This record gives sequence, structure tokens and C-alpha cells, in this order.
Amino acid sequence: MIELFIIKALIAGVIVALVAGFMGCFVVWRRMAYFGDSLAHSALLGIALGVMLNISHNLAVMISSICFAAFLVWLQRKKVFATDTLLGILAHAALAVGVITITLLEQRIDLHGYLFGDILTVGNEQLWWLGIGGGFVIIVLFLNWSSLVLMTIHEDLAMAENVRVARLEILLMFLMTIVVAVSIKIVGILLIASMLVIAPAAARQLARSPEVMAIIACLIGTISVVSGIYFSFELDTPSGPTIVATLAACFAVLFPLSNFYRKT
Amino acid sequence: MSPLISASSVTVTRDNKNILDNVSLDVGVRDFITILGPNGAGKSMLLKCLMGFFKPESGKIDKKAQLRIGYVPQQFTSEQTMPITVERFLQLRKNVPMGDIIAVATETNIETLLQKPLHILSGGERQRILLARSLIGDPEVLVLDEPAQNLDISGQLAFYKLLEKIYTTRALSILMVSHDLHMVMATTKQVICLFHHICCSGEPQVVTRDPEFVSLFGHDMAEMMAVYQHGHNHTHSGHSHD
Repeated sequence: MIELFIIKALIAGVIVALVAGFMGCFVVWRRMAYFGDSLAHSALLGIALGVMLNISHNLAVMISSICFAAFLVWLQRKKVFATDTLLGILAHAALAVGVITITLLEQRIDLHGYLFGDILTVGNEQLWWLGIGGGFVIIVLFLNWSSLVLMTIHEDLAMAENVRVARLEILLMFLMTIVVAVSIKIVGILLIASMLVIAPAAARQLARSPEVMAIIACLIGTISVVSGIYFSFELDTPSGPTIVATLAACFAVLFPLSNFYRKT
Repeated sequence: MSPLISASSVTVTRDNKNILDNVSLDVGVRDFITILGPNGAGKSMLLKCLMGFFKPESGKIDKKAQLRIGYVPQQFTSEQTMPITVERFLQLRKNVPMGDIIAVATETNIETLLQKPLHILSGGERQRILLARSLIGDPEVLVLDEPAQNLDISGQLAFYKLLEKIYTTRALSILMVSHDLHMVMATTKQVICLFHHICCSGEPQVVTRDPEFVSLFGHDMAEMMAVYQHGHNHTHSGHSHD
């Protein structure tokens, strides 16, 4: 008989794998990995605020991430520093302030769990957040799929064909804040970016179309999450690192194929 | 006949400088207009205003209702990370039957590339693919932004030949920004020299003699143009005798 908490962990993990598979393709294509990583870092400040205000951590992280993204866009438009410099400043400043705030709060907060994920303690509320948030992300990506793919290939071309490029860019950032907020509990702040990037990167070697790449990324993610949860449970290791290590192993196995598939 | 696109007194200002200064321009049925001008003269900005993805500070752009525009953009580097075939790229957001895709592919000579991934293609092949995409949906106007930039001489020649063929076989108008003066002179019907404002415009042979053109591009260039012009007239009269 499988324990209930394992079933919950599996459901949560599979949802994260599916969301990361679709979202992750755009992260790889549009070079948003560092942005995702920075959002996740800033999320710790959100968690601290959530504890202070006694609201849901998911909600608090979403609010803080949206503020983070808006602040970033505002700074980007000033065009003084390159985006990676801005992200480097904002992300780690937010992380630092977040850690300080959590320490000063003097409440029992499982910092380790937030940093590395704790999938085996996923509760019903978290499952709801994941299901609704993750479902929303996948549906929105699905509805805008060809426009997003076209603007990724050529922005001016997309504009000429009435794609609202600026609006979709903001939309992608917004979806990213949702992905970060709902998956922190599963993979942890420090590992969300790799969750988003590794499966699509591994899938790239096998795919000849954007859709197939996303589907294979979902499959690789699901396999890695399920076996990651198994190892995490058996070896009593933190879930985030175990899942990411499994993903990395998949990537390592598939990467040599890039020589055969280079021309595709 | 009323023009397809009409710009009147378009002005765009950036950092207190006029990028476009009181530019007026009509694109009529069967026009073949080339906009020439040095780098930073506002050529791309003018196209962006005409296409409607940028609103000028003053002046206005009128378009024929439901005008079908095909757009061939400037550069195009396809990322390795995106796996996509030429065929799929041509179909993206275009709800057209496969027959139409094959028809434009044949017209632009890319039918052998349809199953190839986009990112392995050469610059010339990619420009032909963009041209093919712009022809889907039977446009009334083709707008091209330095379409042959970054191509070698033979690639440029092939591209402009193809464009000329499309202009003669299809009932469309062409508005193009180009640096390739020598090619342009041979194909285009009307040249507009732009340096923030319209310096001069008219038929290629007339424009090259305009003092404004000479001051913008120099005497040598003007004389060279006259030579290209000469060569072109010969080939053209040869065709009409056929």
C-alpha cells in the first residue's frame, strides 16, 4: 500500500514537470533562465513577507515576484545597465534581505525546505495552488503558442503580423512568476531554474518541431520527477536536488545524441 | 486611383532630434519604390510607421481598408535551440492549405528546403524563405527592409532577380529599403532618397543627376549609378524585343 503523502508528492511532481516542460521551452528559446533564477531568489523575500502578514506563501511569492519583475522592467527601460547586471543586483539583494528578514522574525521557518524543496510534505492546499496555477500557465501558453513561437523566431515579423509582442513578453514574465510561486515547495528556490532548463535542453536533441520538443520535455521531466521522488524517499535525501540530479542524468545520456541530430 | 498607403507630413522625434522630418509618401498600385539613404537616416523607422507598428509624433498614415501587406524584415538569425522546419515556419499563424505553401515555395525556389530545419540554412536561403512567407495570403503590397543585407554579391543578385520576377508576375506594389544601390537602380521604378527628410525622389536615372543625391552619396557614386543605369537599359530593351 502506497502512503498518501507519496501519492500527493507524485501528483505535485508530475504537475511541476508538465508546467516546466512547456514553460521551460520558452525559457531555453528566449534565454530567460537567469530571469527565472532571479525571480526564485527574490521569492525568499516574498516568503518572509507571507510569514509576517500571515498569508499564503504562494500568494506572497507571486506578489513579490510581480513587484520584482515590474521593478526590473522599469530599470531595463532606463537602459543604463545590461539585464544580467540588473538581475545580479536585484536577485541577490532580495535573497539577502529575505534571509535577514526570516532570521529576524524568529519564527520556526524551514529555510532548508524552501531552498531545496520538500516535496514529501506537500499538502492539499499546495496541490490546489499547483493544479490551478500550473493549469493556467499551460492553457495560456497553449492559446498563444504560435504567436509566441513566431515572435521568438523573429520579433519584427511577428509585429508585422499583428502579434502584440510587448504584451506577450509581459505575459511570459507573469507566467514565470506563477511557475516560480507554485513550484518552490517542490524543487526549492535554488533549483527552479534548472528544473525549467534541463528537460527542454535534453528534449532539444530529439525534437524536430517546437511542439514535440515541449512534449518530450514534459516526458523527461515526469520520468525524472517520479524517479527523483523514489530516490528521495528511499535515500532520505532532499527532493529538489534529487530530482535535479535525475534530470541532469537524463540530459547527460541524451546529450551525445546531439552529434547525430546536429542537422535537425 | 487612390494610393494603397499614404503618409503625410510624418515626423518622429527621438532625443530632441527629428528622425523623420515631415516625410510624405504615397505607395500606389503597381508602384516599385526604393528608399535609399545612409545609415541612421530613418529608413527603417519610416517603414515601421507605414506598417503601423510605430505611431509618429505628428502626421498621419492612411491605408486602403483591409490592405494585405507582406513584410520581409531586416535580419534573421535562427537559434539552434528552436527546432522548426521551414514548412512549419511558413505555416505558423497562417491558416492556409498546404497547396498554397507549396505554390509560394515553388515561386521562390525553396521547395527542396521545406523539410529542412530553419537554423542550418544559408543567409540567401533564409531571405528567400522570408520572401515566401510574405507572399502567403496574396499581398497587395510587399514591404522589404534591406532584404539582401549580409548576402554576398551573387546572393544579392539572385534575390533581386527573384524580386523582379515576383513584381512582374504578381499584381503587387513593392516598397523597399535598400543599401544595394547598383541592384536597386536596375530593378526599381522610383527612388526616394531619405536623410530624415526626403532629399529627392523620382525615376532612378533622374535621381542620380539630382544635386541632393550627389551631395548625399558623392560624385563617384552618382557616376557609378549612371553606368549601372546604362547597362540596365540595354538588357531591358533586349527583353522587350523578345
